Amino acid sequence: MTRIAVLSGKGGTGKTTAVASMAWYSKGLVLADCDVDAANLALTMNGSLRTKDDYVGALKAHIDPDACIQCGKCEDACIFGAISDFKVNEIHCEGCGACKVVCPEDAVTLQYLKSGDIYVLDTEKGPMVYAELFPGESNSGKLVSEVRRLADDLAESEDFDVVLIDGPPGTGCPAIASVTGADLILAVTEPSLSGEHDLMRLIDLAQHFSIPLCVAINKWDLHPESAKQIEESCHRKGVLVVGMVPYDPAVLKAIKAMRPLPSLFPRSPAAIAFNRIWREVSKRAVARKGSGVLLKLD
Amino acid sequence: MILAVASGKGGTGKTSVACALALALDRPLTFLDCDVEGANAYLFLHPEFTSREEVLVPYPVIDPVRCNACGRCVENCQFGAMIRLGKKVKLMGNLCHGCGVCRMVCPEDAITMAGRPVGVVHLGTAGVMRFACGELNTGEALSVPIIKRIKEEKDDLVIIDSPPGTSCPAVECIDGTDFALLVTEPTPYGEHDLRSMITVCRRLEVPCGVVVNRSEGDDDIIDSLCRELEVPVLMRIPFKRRVAECYARGRTLLEVFPDMREGLLDLFIEIRGMRK
Repeated sequence: MTRIAVLSGKGGTGKTTAVASMAWYSKGLVLADCDVDAANLALTMNGSLRTKDDYVGALKAHIDPDACIQCGKCEDACIFGAISDFKVNEIHCEGCGACKVVCPEDAVTLQYLKSGDIYVLDTEKGPMVYAELFPGESNSGKLVSEVRRLADDLAESEDFDVVLIDGPPGTGCPAIASVTGADLILAVTEPSLSGEHDLMRLIDLAQHFSIPLCVAINKWDLHPESAKQIEESCHRKGVLVVGMVPYDPAVLKAIKAMRPLPSLFPRSPAAIAFNRIWREVSKRAVARKGSGVLLKLD
Repeated sequence: MILAVASGKGGTGKTSVACALALALDRPLTFLDCDVEGANAYLFLHPEFTSREEVLVPYPVIDPVRCNACGRCVENCQFGAMIRLGKKVKLMGNLCHGCGVCRMVCPEDAITMAGRPVGVVHLGTAGVMRFACGELNTGEALSVPIIKRIKEEKDDLVIIDSPPGTSCPAVECIDGTDFALLVTEPTPYGEHDLRSMITVCRRLEVPCGVVVNRSEGDDDIIDSLCRELEVPVLMRIPFKRRVAECYARGRTLLEVFPDMREGLLDLFIEIRGMRK
């Protein structure tokens, strides 16, 4: 099984458009939308619902008011500031259990609460897994790992060779969970100083975890000099630019029509560019199959 | 007043709006770039940095002599950060939240808490503004401690540039502010993620209003959501290719639309009227 993760560092550079387009050109694959804060791929893939399950992943402390003697030890022990007036603030609670450990009256319990939903859809190209974390909930990295696990299981049981991951922006917890064990990262960037700055952070992350990465510059002709500068920066870091996608109004039309770009505008310049990128990316991912590494131990 | 500029979806124009607003106000204020996984406001505001501070999070250090690998810490760590390898306990630093439960439960007093750097905060000035931004170290997962440190910078007026998303980092930015200005775009993606973001603001009891960026005249998809949820649309920024061209080189919206200054000042007055 080959796992390809599409990330960007900066948000809004075209990850989801790239994933939907590449999926369209594939022979069939499993899709995993790992941007659980803002899951948008399902809005474009138009799949039919196969399953919807509760995500019970948020461990939260609860103080039994009848057993609590209001000694305040829990409040002192909580480094997250989640306890005041002998009550737990569920938004700030990280479920570490320090309050439970220090409570002399056994008044604290840790309870798993539902904090999102996990969906499996059937799309034209194969099964798709995505999740919606309830707004304001924590631990998105754990939910990303759950989506990844489910996608791997589906690829295994239904005999798909490729899992294509639509990743979140950033380089923190959910981004790390999205790239762990991937064979290749496709970084989608845009020709701007911000795009370049965030791309360099993502390249550092990939190198930190020893995951091969290649770059696509989306909307490159909006600022050709910046695109050239990004190419040069990538070259200096030993990173390959596999494709350049021109700015194309068809992309916005496809997003508004909620369909993959090539399904509506197969001859659009952006669709043609994504087709080329998919051929490069899938070839390279297979070649490095199995080279993905797990999170390094300290 | 503390004003957070936020959005669920990435790339909608948070940084552009936050920087343009700060520059239009042209008065002493503190600008906090809290997108520590991709801090870009410095590219537009060109601050001069005067100091740099490491952000440390509590971190357990295991004394190998005292530790007898009883496994109490392994059982009690809710994050799976402690693993037992034969007669030793090892810490997986990436997973540690620094809560100190391991130290509390250790019967041998083998664990002490030390500080571990997870990122840096840069402090400086940009014209009449004070400026702070943060940077998460490569490979570190938790950006919240850095955001907390940046938010310690106080002022009569604070503008926060938040990270995308609707989970911990975005929550940390919006929590405790007086108003959240939500930047979106008129697409199904923008609408879906704005809905989540409004829910976050409601949970945190922070009043909010919407800026529609890249408006092409027909913003019905956002307008109807805002009507449904009774959130005001405070401003629209038209779509122009030149915006992207200027943005690419770190030029602000005010340079593309000089007339926007008045609109932004009106926006600020409106926000002041709606703040908590």
